[in-house]
Amino acid sequence: MVTKRENPTELVPLLRTMWLIRAFEEKVSALYAMREIRGLLHLGIGQEAVAVGTCSLLRTDDYVFGGHRSHGHAIAKGADINRLMAEIAGRATGYCAGKGGSMHIVALDAGFVTATGVVGGTIPLALGAAFAAKEKSKGQVAVVFFGDGAGQAGAFHESLNIASLWRLPVIFVCENNGYAEFTPLSSHTLIERLARHAQTYKIPSNTVDGNDLLEVREAMTKAVQHARTGKGPAFVECLTHRLRGHYEGDPAKYRELSELAEWKEKDPIARFTRELKHRKVVADKDIAAIESEARKLTEQAAQFALASPWPAPGEVASQVTA
Amino acid sequence: MPEQTYLEAIRGGLHEEMSHDPSVYLFGEDVALGGPFGVTAGLAEAFGKNRVVNTPISEGTVMGLAIGAATAGLRPVVEIMFIDFITLAMDQLVNHAAKLHYMSGGQLKIPLTVRVQCGISGTMGAHHSQSLESWLAHVPGLKVVMASNPADAKGLLKAAIRDDNPVVFIEHRGLYWTRGQVPEGEYLVPIGKAVVAREGEDLTIVATAKMLAATLEAAEELSSNGISVEVIDPRTLSPLDVETIVSSVKKTSRLIIVHEAVEKDGIGAEIATQVQQEAFYYLDSPIARVAAPFAPVPASPALEKCFVPGKTEIIRAVRRALNR
Amino acid sequence: MREIAYYEAKFEALNEIMAADPTVHLINGTFLSLSPHRHVYQELANKYRDRVMSPPISELGFCGLATGAAMAGLRPIVDISTGSFIFEGWPQVANEAANAFSMSGGQTRVPVVFHLFHGLRGGGAAQHSASPQAMLWNNPGLEIVLPSSPRDVKGLLKTAVASDNPTIFVDHVQLLDVKGDVPENDSPIPFGLAHVKRKGSDVTVIATSYMVQRCLQVAERLASERISAEVVDPRTLVPFDMATLMTSVEKTGRVVIVDETHQSCGVAAEIAARIVESGFDKLKAPLRRVSTLDVPVSYSPPLEDYIGPREDRIIEAIRAVLR
Repeated sequence: MVTKRENPTELVPLLRTMWLIRAFEEKVSALYAMREIRGLLHLGIGQEAVAVGTCSLLRTDDYVFGGHRSHGHAIAKGADINRLMAEIAGRATGYCAGKGGSMHIVALDAGFVTATGVVGGTIPLALGAAFAAKEKSKGQVAVVFFGDGAGQAGAFHESLNIASLWRLPVIFVCENNGYAEFTPLSSHTLIERLARHAQTYKIPSNTVDGNDLLEVREAMTKAVQHARTGKGPAFVECLTHRLRGHYEGDPAKYRELSELAEWKEKDPIARFTRELKHRKVVADKDIAAIESEARKLTEQAAQFALASPWPAPGEVASQVTA
Repeated sequence: MPEQTYLEAIRGGLHEEMSHDPSVYLFGEDVALGGPFGVTAGLAEAFGKNRVVNTPISEGTVMGLAIGAATAGLRPVVEIMFIDFITLAMDQLVNHAAKLHYMSGGQLKIPLTVRVQCGISGTMGAHHSQSLESWLAHVPGLKVVMASNPADAKGLLKAAIRDDNPVVFIEHRGLYWTRGQVPEGEYLVPIGKAVVAREGEDLTIVATAKMLAATLEAAEELSSNGISVEVIDPRTLSPLDVETIVSSVKKTSRLIIVHEAVEKDGIGAEIATQVQQEAFYYLDSPIARVAAPFAPVPASPALEKCFVPGKTEIIRAVRRALNR
Repeated sequence: MREIAYYEAKFEALNEIMAADPTVHLINGTFLSLSPHRHVYQELANKYRDRVMSPPISELGFCGLATGAAMAGLRPIVDISTGSFIFEGWPQVANEAANAFSMSGGQTRVPVVFHLFHGLRGGGAAQHSASPQAMLWNNPGLEIVLPSSPRDVKGLLKTAVASDNPTIFVDHVQLLDVKGDVPENDSPIPFGLAHVKRKGSDVTVIATSYMVQRCLQVAERLASERISAEVVDPRTLVPFDMATLMTSVEKTGRVVIVDETHQSCGVAAEIAARIVESGFDKLKAPLRRVSTLDVPVSYSPPLEDYIGPREDRIIEAIRAVLR
């Protein structure tokens, strides 16, 4: 692991957030298995370092856009986990009153503008928020998370071009987890590193170990500073892996067990924990406390969600238009 | 009241809204140069190129960009040069703009106006002549308006820009150089309100956009033969003001719908269905539709002429309905 | 007769089509959705490695590619999977594939099949539940097919592939486990032929896709109340068999249309308008439609269940037209 000039006291909250995301998604998975939650669920277990490494550098008024695998992004940006869990469970108390669900999280109070169920769908939206940010001149930036699968979509290429041309304060965060839905990236493109496309469009880019929180933070610090100071877009490709299937219920037979085992070794939470211990920032008992606190909070979120009422049928026709 | 062309009325409406509200921005291909028909001429000079923004030919991404800008507090107007090109932005329009307010449980507002021109004019063929309004009227969350004259063009556009929802403002290219009286200054036409363009007793015709003029001509000619036709312009297709149409049909007992889009699953189908539901026992004859044939728009001037419904087809349908 | 499941009939059709015609290519691979039966499809992928492709997530790209390949003599079947994603490929489907034959004055044939799953699937929410067929019906140049039974899916898929026109094959995930009779060596089912799924005399229920199955259940229930409902399935929207529908309407004089597209400018609107236009004097009561309410599809289960053409809404509409 690279040595970083980070203030140790700032590091512990990062571990807390990673654990909160992990515990939250494991709880979601358990509730899905119990049929308490239904629908299409895409979990980002194993990818927490990208969400936390990025969002920990952002202001609340920065705009974040996600994809279909975005529970972690919303939590890292500061979304309330009770309302998030309730939304995923389809309850009236959810962020979107049960109308959005897992793929369509919006937590506007935290600056998480929207996720999407369409691969690559929010990349152009982030451009628009960046455009508005530039006009408002308050130093805000827009960030969009997407996977390697989006790199083959037309909107991706059009967006890189416009962001570069108009010097928009947008940070493209590619979570390259090696699989576009069920297919390895190598079957979808000959371009192994999506950051190569950024170079084509003259956008400063970096490819980092997405399971190394501090490496993500370092690259993201530069990217955010670049965008915030009016120098235009930046692109960070984070190499990572989802430890679950594409969606809950996906047996993921397309992935060798050895590959999965290899990535489990690189679990971002375990790695960061080792680093903190090595730096003597935390002791074993602190770590245990952080994990159990995260489990307690997500348990409470689940209780809140499942005790919440279903939306009333009369709500179905509300909020179609403003 | 000054007389203006439809095109000048749209430009005037844009100019007023951009003066009125600094969060109104205009995006589109060549808009800072005035666009292909000169609708936006002079706006970049008046408001600067940061608010009248030329974009690459990337309709889908520009639509997404405008939606994103709307989530961040701007009130963007996107120009899609031809409605045929809206196909390239369908994902952003249908899956995002129309649904974000709902999916977010009301947290997000998308005050977006999509300006787009449609219709048959100047033998431009199947990729520059379509009328695709019913696609958009089928999508919950989008509002769809179509102006048939300069005054409505200004008033509806201003209302669209001030609306907190995505509104698709459909202009008809064939109307750009038609003239009419346009009220000066603050003039808003409410979205969702039809207007009775001509009063009559024997039969109701609902007509949209350029078909309104053809229908009014037909009504004039029929009146000299003692047939009195009431003509309604819905102006907004979604939400549709069905009450105005139904109360007219209850008076006349007969209905014809005229539009330039193909008949199948056009807006006429929706109007016919709703009217038969609400006024079945008032109807004295079948509801008829006069619309384009079920075919792509042909390029040849000779074919194009037969393709567009006009006065003759409307009069024929009226006579058939009245059996005289 | 042999009874098999819908997914088996569909798979059988794909298998027979692939064996019979080397110009058929399958592009993308969720013809059996993400259902537990999806492994069945793998057999085909293994058997025809060169003709079963797995493209990147580039709907615009592969819809265009398939359209171009069809123009050049192949017969591709493209799986758009969730109907909502057709909006990404829309310019290629609506502007290119649909118009090519006409724009070329009949020179260019585009024998491509675009396959998709539409409708309420359980938790699909607003971006995975689209039913784009109403919009496509407003788009001349496309054939539109909606099977509702094992026999129909097999017979119609064969005709779709044989057709020289671009065809939208609109399927429904909820149908995959439906069982029904499918004779061995059955012949393809021609387009433009509606099918009376149940005979009746009091009311004509016109239903499409999965709604046919729901209406058959409703008809069964109403039979015990001595209401005799005739269930008619148009099977294809383009071409559309008005004659079979009108024969039924003339008999009953009362019509309910049940379809899962959104109500405004939906499939039911067009069918209703046509009946009102050409069969107005046969109608004894205003016809009623039962469609998906005009709201984006909600994620929350009770809201999703509420907005569709529910059984109670269908029954209420039937009672209303019988009044």
